[in-house]
Amino acid sequence: MTADDRTTMVAEPPLVAGDEAQRADARQTSDIPPQAQTGGPTGAGTAPPAQPGGSGPGGGSPSGPASPWWRAERLMPRALRGVAFLPLVALVLILAALVWKAMPAIRYNGFGFFTRSVWNLGGSYSPIVTTNGIRHPQGATYGALPLIVGTLQSSVIALVLAVPIGIGTALIVVEKLPARLSSGVGFFLEVLAGIPSVVYGLWGALTLGPFLAHDIAQPIANVMPNVPVLNFFRGEGPNNSAGNGNGLLVSGVVLAIMILPIIAATTRDLLRQVPRPTVEGAVALGMTDAEAVRAVTLPWVRAGVIGASVLGLGRALGETIALAMVSGGSPGHIATSLYGAMTTIAATIVTQLDSAFNDVSGLAVSVMAELGLVLLVITVLANAGARWLVRRVSTTALPVGRGV
Amino acid sequence: MPAGVTPQATSERRPADRQAARRAAGASLGRRRLTNRLAWIAGALCLALVAIPVLSVIWGVVGRAVGNWHWNVLTTDTAGNGGGLLNGIEGTLVVMFGVAVITGVIGIAGGLYLGEYLPADRGQILRGASEVLSGVPSIVLGYVGYVVLVVQFHWGYSLAAALIVLSILVVPYVTKTTEVAIRGVPTAYREGAEALGMRSGYTLRKLVLRPALPGIATGLIVALAIAVGETAPLLFTAGFSNKAPTGQLTHSPIGYLTYLVYTYFNVPAASAHALAADAALVLLVIVLLLIVIARVLVSMTQRYSPDRRQRVGRAPT
Repeated sequence: MTADDRTTMVAEPPLVAGDEAQRADARQTSDIPPQAQTGGPTGAGTAPPAQPGGSGPGGGSPSGPASPWWRAERLMPRALRGVAFLPLVALVLILAALVWKAMPAIRYNGFGFFTRSVWNLGGSYSPIVTTNGIRHPQGATYGALPLIVGTLQSSVIALVLAVPIGIGTALIVVEKLPARLSSGVGFFLEVLAGIPSVVYGLWGALTLGPFLAHDIAQPIANVMPNVPVLNFFRGEGPNNSAGNGNGLLVSGVVLAIMILPIIAATTRDLLRQVPRPTVEGAVALGMTDAEAVRAVTLPWVRAGVIGASVLGLGRALGETIALAMVSGGSPGHIATSLYGAMTTIAATIVTQLDSAFNDVSGLAVSVMAELGLVLLVITVLANAGARWLVRRVSTTALPVGRGV
Repeated sequence: MPAGVTPQATSERRPADRQAARRAAGASLGRRRLTNRLAWIAGALCLALVAIPVLSVIWGVVGRAVGNWHWNVLTTDTAGNGGGLLNGIEGTLVVMFGVAVITGVIGIAGGLYLGEYLPADRGQILRGASEVLSGVPSIVLGYVGYVVLVVQFHWGYSLAAALIVLSILVVPYVTKTTEVAIRGVPTAYREGAEALGMRSGYTLRKLVLRPALPGIATGLIVALAIAVGETAPLLFTAGFSNKAPTGQLTHSPIGYLTYLVYTYFNVPAASAHALAADAALVLLVIVLLLIVIARVLVSMTQRYSPDRRQRVGRAPT
């Protein structure tokens, strides 16, 4: 360390250096409060602290609790409190709007909505009839079972792929990689989390899908026997086709890549909190590194990792655009093989809402609201479970992704 | 007689114990070493499985876009099945700016309240609402935005609807990061300030917000990256426009980049596919820039964090 470095480092922490100046400022301001500032906390960094004998109204007069700035300061917590309630208000309004919009569909579809596998908007030119007080085009039948199953299937595939990979990555980053490299991996995770889902969709449809279908899935699809369980991995039709690259497998893989950063980054932060002495104790007793990880480290972080996984699940369940681009989009039927076309609740809403506008009775739009409600309930349950598990965990690194 | 002790001790154990002991001790040391190595190779493989998709996405997008890249896509508007991205870029920047302003005010104010004025064990309803809101799928928000703002309020496809929906999407995130950053500021700062007789507002601005600022800004930037990459909530609130943003808040659809990727990728025309790839590239560049800025800010936070300062303070002595 050169002398130069040292001086800069000593002088470097601006807080400490600035404290002196600020204390001096404070002594001034205790007499003459800054009148000109009402900009609130966001302007704090740049605004000059005080203007002794300033130009503000009543600048020279002794300012008691009646001065505008004083009043603003007293009111600020209350104002902030009002703002802090906005998310709650928004949430309530969103729920209310959704339920209000979904009501006709809920009454029309009944419970069969969850058991039927049919998606029929009714004829566009057929007469509007009224059943149970709900106006609908003749023949309109909706069943969300394939959508719910598709949502769960693709998310489960994503979890099965992403959880082991995420944990493995986090382990190697924390246990083996030097600090410089691990920050590089952190950058990769952040990029992975930051890439827009529409770009994942484009990549999944144009690059990953064809590659998976031709080079990975087709050989597997060819050798799988036609017996229960394994025939899910068998190709479809007489040629054992593994599809054209759109379908359940690609959807699952794309989702896995999208939730990987959540799982890996959270696990990494958790692993860093494992006390070293316990791990070193295990090694001192003769365990290998890997055995110590299995016996000590992983049990330590288990709850947090499960929470992070469920958080990833929540993200996967709600993912929309990427799946609209790679799922193959077939609301009305459940994928019978890993390579079959499917669709999810979210992808259905985004792809079908346009045509739903054509239903003059408004039932189709209402059905979308019911779908949204179902999705919301599933996602919120998953998230609530995750929060409950990771409540004690706080991330120290750059947080990645929505909902973390 | 050290040699005699060990066999005697082991012979008293049950056979199963002896077996386990032998398995754990020297007998299978080679195998344990192999397992160990395999485990870490598996870890390295996982790392590769993280790196490969990133590189593949970047390579796939860049490769597709650079092949027939024309600089004039940055200066012309979208037209027909092709054209340029100017309207999309302008619209995206306008939306980014709007989201930054709205979430900057609401998110930071909310986080400030939760972090500074509420004890950590109170306000669970507010925090819970924020968390639930952050878990609401974006398409649901888009749907509600469409039904309520676009149709019910007669705003039409509009900037205002898009901004409100996107802000609802990312405000919980900004609130959370702000609260975490504020709580990260040592309580001693506040106590010291109070002991010196500083006014609370002054303490807040100078002693609490300043060290928390990099953290808050990071949250805001990550939130912007999320907002820029969203498509689903915008499709039915912003609509799309081939022209530059008009500056009107309502009754005027606005273009954005993610729409170009999502829609033009499905248009069966080479020019449309090229435009989708170009738009994806521009999106990627914007997001990467935001991430780099966020990382720089994080390294700033860490430079000013208390433990680092202690370390630095001790260095000269």
